[in-house]
Amino acid sequence: MRRRGTRRSGWYWLLLVPYVVMLWAPSFNSMTPALGGIPFFYWYQFVWIALTAVIIWIVYRLAHGGDGA
Amino acid sequence: MSWPAIAVFLALFALVSVLGFLGAYWKRGNLELLHEWALGGRQFGSLIAWFLIGGDLYTAYTFVAVPGLVYGTGALAFYALPYTAIAFPLVFVFAPRFWTLARNRGYITYADFARERYDSRSLSLAVAITGILATMPYIALQLIGIQVVLKALGFAGSGPWQDLPIIIAFVILAAYTYRGGLRAPALVAFVKDTLIYLTVIVAAIVLPAKLGGWGHVFSAAQSALAARPTPSGILLTPVQYSAFITLALGSALAIFMYPHNITGVLSAKSPAVIRRNTIALPIYSLLLAVLATFGYMAIAAGLKPASSNETVPQLLAAMFPPWFFGFGSAAIVIGALVPAAIMSIAAANLFTRNIYREYINPSCSAQRESTNAKLASLVIKLGALVFVLGLRNIEYAINFQLLAGGWILQTFPTLIFGLYTRWFHRRALLAGWLVGMAVATYMPATNGFHPVYALALGSSVLHWYVAFFALVANLIVATLLTPVFDAIKVARGADKTQPADYLEAA
Repeated sequence: MRRRGTRRSGWYWLLLVPYVVMLWAPSFNSMTPALGGIPFFYWYQFVWIALTAVIIWIVYRLAHGGDGA
Repeated sequence: MSWPAIAVFLALFALVSVLGFLGAYWKRGNLELLHEWALGGRQFGSLIAWFLIGGDLYTAYTFVAVPGLVYGTGALAFYALPYTAIAFPLVFVFAPRFWTLARNRGYITYADFARERYDSRSLSLAVAITGILATMPYIALQLIGIQVVLKALGFAGSGPWQDLPIIIAFVILAAYTYRGGLRAPALVAFVKDTLIYLTVIVAAIVLPAKLGGWGHVFSAAQSALAARPTPSGILLTPVQYSAFITLALGSALAIFMYPHNITGVLSAKSPAVIRRNTIALPIYSLLLAVLATFGYMAIAAGLKPASSNETVPQLLAAMFPPWFFGFGSAAIVIGALVPAAIMSIAAANLFTRNIYREYINPSCSAQRESTNAKLASLVIKLGALVFVLGLRNIEYAINFQLLAGGWILQTFPTLIFGLYTRWFHRRALLAGWLVGMAVATYMPATNGFHPVYALALGSSVLHWYVAFFALVANLIVATLLTPVFDAIKVARGADKTQPADYLEAA
């Protein structure tokens, strides 16, 4: 048996970042800078979907050592 | 009717039906045991789990409704993006813990957990009934997704035969789910998502080019939305901020409370599979993000769908050759079958485990339990079919699903907080649930079934998602009543779970 928790689970706090960023709607409710004709409001959220996955991956690697994967 | 479209559609549908029936023989197990039939034997690896859970979360109705909502309301509908992103960090935290406990204690449903953790039959029943109630309209909406596509394909005849295609599709679905349980939709999910990804990727490349580029799509959408009788736009207005935020957060907290989604999670073979999936599942969210923009493309293409649900089928029909339209239509219909199967299995589990075995036949054998769940899955699908064909009014199902989203969120304190703490008193949680259910019903019923409710508090007005109001009320009641019940010495019940049950094996 291995206890999850203790020291390594401190990385879990990183998981709060997507909540703050993606729910702070006034911070990205803008047309500019547009990217390839796509307003900022849209491409910024697209990028943050991907970054959410990256953040989870980082926490997974750091807190679980990839679960032996 | 376009014969190339129908030929492609029927060929793909036939392929999937064969796969569905083969599901019973895949990764063989004793289907007379509930965990084999209902959870595929808890043995799915990362790839299968990804297709299964993804196929379960992102239903055909999602793919029809989100672009429809974008077509109808503009920027606010894009709450679907933060919603489907921030659901996953939460799942990463709690789902491996629930999986571990479920494996160690033999749980099939959330209500099994509530029963043991709080030693409370009433709390368990509340969770089970909420789950079943919330699942029914969801299944009905999958049927509506199918209906919309069949209509666009030209199957919408009149007279006694008009419902025959959807009835045939449903009978096939019911038959292979009955036989193979969760293995059937798991196998079909591979085809479903391959078709969906291909359709969306091709459309996302071809359509903007045909419509004069992304810049033109957005500017055309902005002018058209601003000129509507109820003007909106491609950016939020400041008054919409709190609606956008509470819709996103409330939906993200609710999504894994649905019985069918936790069924998908429990079918994974290890906590590591679940964690890896939370990293890979946002790929579906990106797909949904692209698909949401189809609502703007429909505006830019000058389409005027009779109902917003017809936006995507009409866009595909208008912009693509018939064979590709048939391909996309098959993607949507098969995309409805996978979640409909999992939903009916999940609701059947709740009925069998937490109502039938708990109240009707406590001494039933394992085989009897499995048979009962199979029969229940048939009855549940039949109920959804009768609901959709009988009412003939899409509004009822959509309104009912709005209620369902509010209801299911009310199980969050019991289930998710309960995984970490027994601070809350079981009676306080039940009272909180009851108040939350009442608020989640009252608010939509009195504002014309609008997801956002305007609540005047003193001089300010809160524009929040109704489910979120209900959750706040629920939490306040549960928090305030816990010390009260303790003070008057109402029994807390014995927790049957042990600390070791929550720990993952090394």
